[in-house]
Amino acid sequence: MLTKRIIACLDVRDGRVVKGVQFEDIIDAGDPAALAARHAAAGADEIVLLDITATHEGRGTLLDTVRRTAAKLFVPFAVGGGIRSSDDATAVFDAGADKVSINSAALSDPMLIDQIGRRFGAQAVVVAIDARRAGNAADAAEVFVSGGRKATGRKAVEWAREAEQRGAGEILLTSMDSDGMRTGFDCELTAAISQAVQIPVIASGGAGTAQHFVDVFAQGRADAALAASIFHFGVADARALKQELARAGVPVRLPC
Amino acid sequence: MIAVIDYKAGNLTSVLKSLDATGALDEPGGRIVTEDPDVVRRADKIVLPGVGHFKATQHLRERGLEESVRERTAAGVPFLGICVGLQWLFAGSTEAPDVAGLGAFEGECSRFDAPDLKCPHVGWNALAIARPSLLTAGMRDGEHVYFTHSFRAPVVGHTTAICNYGGGFSAIVERDNIMGAQFHPEKSGAAGLLLLRNFLRL
Repeated sequence: MLTKRIIACLDVRDGRVVKGVQFEDIIDAGDPAALAARHAAAGADEIVLLDITATHEGRGTLLDTVRRTAAKLFVPFAVGGGIRSSDDATAVFDAGADKVSINSAALSDPMLIDQIGRRFGAQAVVVAIDARRAGNAADAAEVFVSGGRKATGRKAVEWAREAEQRGAGEILLTSMDSDGMRTGFDCELTAAISQAVQIPVIASGGAGTAQHFVDVFAQGRADAALAASIFHFGVADARALKQELARAGVPVRLPC
Repeated sequence: MIAVIDYKAGNLTSVLKSLDATGALDEPGGRIVTEDPDVVRRADKIVLPGVGHFKATQHLRERGLEESVRERTAAGVPFLGICVGLQWLFAGSTEAPDVAGLGAFEGECSRFDAPDLKCPHVGWNALAIARPSLLTAGMRDGEHVYFTHSFRAPVVGHTTAICNYGGGFSAIVERDNIMGAQFHPEKSGAAGLLLLRNFLRL
């Protein structure tokens, strides 16, 4: 049976992890390569590195970070943040990423999805959607860009469909209403997107407990879920999370 | 020398990195990325990675690579196709009906089409070992490996591991020295590296 994926997310600024899990035996807890390896060893099914570097100078550092992180990683590795062109994507793939996650750039130039998909295959293109409902129905959720600062006037469900048609391989959906709240994923929104497209949907935003993951896989129909700050609060690592999910009947890959 | 065939379908970084990580190469860097049929003719082992569209495999014929693969595999050289590289070993695929595969295995690859089934099939799924084999030596039944694909090959007599997603399909095929894996051993953690090591040690 296809298992539900738990994806560990590393937010990186200027080559350093700004929030992540501080594994006991890691001396440098800010090193993305060391943290990615530990997440993989603990059973994370995939690693996402999100570059939140604001400056252009930081971009060169990013490629070096991707290279070092990819060097000893043998699970899927996605990189997002600041990828604005096919050339940006190519550089990230050459450095060892398996997938790129594109967000604002895809909205301003949707052909970017087609271009990267044609060159590297649909499996290599994740379209990240930041959506806000603000109390409205899930179908009415609006897409935001530029780190959630700018409204686009586009409905998340429609944008997800267009991304799929253009050749995206997966959707990474972040609920801006839930993000950082630790009160659970937005299952309604996730289900609305998941039912609108045939490609897998990764849920993000709001995880606080293992039960939240159980809910987003069941009610939210998510194929995968992003785990970031949950590892700070209550749940130790991917292994502990997956053991709880397995007990709740969720199909997961348990690490040896 | 191990020839990793480059037919301009996706990037090869992960495959090369994982071959290096097996520790089973005769010498460090004992693998060459090539699109030259003459280099393939000198290879002791051949790896055909692949992501993307079946149509891309037409380059193999156009560049004379298919012919060199036929010659070397007939001479007993071990061959491993990964993902679309496995699919190419079959007669063809409905993804590109005008492009013929190598035809080492019978049957045609086709798209996942069960209702309510997400496509592509992305993620970690279990292997059911169909019979003991060279590639699966040391691998436990039910081991999870990483897949990402929209088309799949049928289960045939030479299928050594089956995966189930809306029905069974070939996860690993082995016919003497001609082998293929539908999943990505380079992305499947320890289980994937084990398969690559088994191949390199042949």
